[in-house]
Amino acid sequence: MPGLDIDGLGISIGNRNVVRTVDLRVKPGTCAGLVGQSGSGKSLTALASLGLLPGAARVIAGRVLLGGREIVTPDRDRTAEVRGSGIAMIFQSPRTALNPVLRVGHQVGRVLRRNGQHGDPRRRCIELLAAVGLFEPDKVARLYPHELSGGMCQRVVIAMGIASEPQILIADEPTTALDVTVQADILDLLDDVRSRTGMGMLLISHDLGVVAERCESISVMWQGTIVEAGTNATVIGSPRHPFTAELVRGLAHLPETGGLPAQSSSAGPADDPAPEAGG
Amino acid sequence: MDLGLSPGPQDDAAVADATGRSARLRGELRRHPSLLVGGALATVAVIVAITGHIAPPDNPLALNPGHALAPPGPEHWFGTDQFGRDVFSRVLYGLGIDMVIGLIVATLAFAVGSMAGLISGYLGGWIDDIVMRVVDIVMSFPSFLLALTIAVVIGNTVRNVIIAVTVAYVPYILRLTRSSVLTARSADYVLGARAVGASRSRVMTLHVLPNAAGPSVVQATLMAGWAILDVSGLSFLGVGIQPPSPELGVQVAQGAPYITSGQWWISVFPGVAIILAVLAFNFLGDYADDKLRGQGS
Repeated sequence: MPGLDIDGLGISIGNRNVVRTVDLRVKPGTCAGLVGQSGSGKSLTALASLGLLPGAARVIAGRVLLGGREIVTPDRDRTAEVRGSGIAMIFQSPRTALNPVLRVGHQVGRVLRRNGQHGDPRRRCIELLAAVGLFEPDKVARLYPHELSGGMCQRVVIAMGIASEPQILIADEPTTALDVTVQADILDLLDDVRSRTGMGMLLISHDLGVVAERCESISVMWQGTIVEAGTNATVIGSPRHPFTAELVRGLAHLPETGGLPAQSSSAGPADDPAPEAGG
Repeated sequence: MDLGLSPGPQDDAAVADATGRSARLRGELRRHPSLLVGGALATVAVIVAITGHIAPPDNPLALNPGHALAPPGPEHWFGTDQFGRDVFSRVLYGLGIDMVIGLIVATLAFAVGSMAGLISGYLGGWIDDIVMRVVDIVMSFPSFLLALTIAVVIGNTVRNVIIAVTVAYVPYILRLTRSSVLTARSADYVLGARAVGASRSRVMTLHVLPNAAGPSVVQATLMAGWAILDVSGLSFLGVGIQPPSPELGVQVAQGAPYITSGQWWISVFPGVAIILAVLAFNFLGDYADDKLRGQGS
């Protein structure tokens, strides 16, 4: 069973269970959405799948499978073997997501090399930067992160995320810090990569608008647990949990088919600029 | 630094870059007097030291009892010492010795201290506990006293003096690096690098250390100055570098008995050389500090 399979995952910080029995499935080539408020445990769930939980947080129940292989259980962590080539994650806050002392090309090239990509890494790196829609990628490769705009940084971050050609890419609020027109470009780009490489994607957002527009299936997370999951049409069309219903009401003026142009991503229910607290 | 960075056909750009660089340097010197003073002192000291080694006016070790205790004059600019050796040549030569030792100590202390601080701060846990307790113990002794004790115990060759002073300095760099590492390790780009598969050693050396090393670099620059002071101090006390080496502290010690009888030049010129060398590194350290603060790191 290829793809990412999160099975009854539970996470605690100290003696507080912050994530309880979370089930999530991401099939190759598809996009699964995970929606929820800030602090509902979305990011923790994602970090746990990569074995990158912050200090005090522990996986206490369930397991994570990648391509049918157990990578995370309460007492085992095999994520170091699959991080990069099997599963990768990109974060919000493009401004701080790149190392300030290294040139952009170097940072992308590192990922290429680490994953033993064939061909000339330098050429591949410039191809990648071009693929994420950066003009004059050979020049951009020579720049430092502070010389780039926020949108450009986020593109570079995405280039790093897809450089290792992971089976699964987790994108945690990839567009939250960007302005609306850039948001759509970045999401289009991720869609494009997904359809070309067959990569599965887990898109995390507080913004149901973004998720509804891009994802085949949607899970809604609320206070550390999944309260509703299903296909895009079921969740949006007939929400059962009050929190989902509230989110959907926020989308009231969205056509159900979700084939909206760029502006729709601003129509999310919670235009909360506060960064995801990570649990 | 090795990707998509080949210079390519841009000779014009290179020329423009070179003039831009000299203009930048001039602006930098205007804004930072400490760079001007420190840079000038260090440049003079380096030139002087190199001259002293390649083409000393006189052999710094050659005894010439016939000319002993000659005052400064046209023939011996800084006079001669009790064995008739030319003090000028000895100061030039000794300055080189002290500067090189200062730089070696600072480099070693930085290398050892920053690596240990990186490991201690990044890995944490029991490794961190052990390292920090050892550091606490070492730092509970004044650094000069510790260096003196070590030098006495392991014997006073040049190599051992360098080791003694380095051991006394490492904890300061270690602590400083560790504290910056604790901040840098939780930076977004560190998590980002890990999330796309960077190994632990890569994360530590490529993402954490370069972003945490700033304060330690400043400290190491200042340490080159302190090291000169401590090494010449040890030599003055007789537990550092030994005569007949024209190390500056040795010279000050050799001239000390003659000051009361009016032959001040044997001690004073090497003493002034020590001061200038220490000042040069202090000013450069100040400049490095300014730059670091300017970047808001």
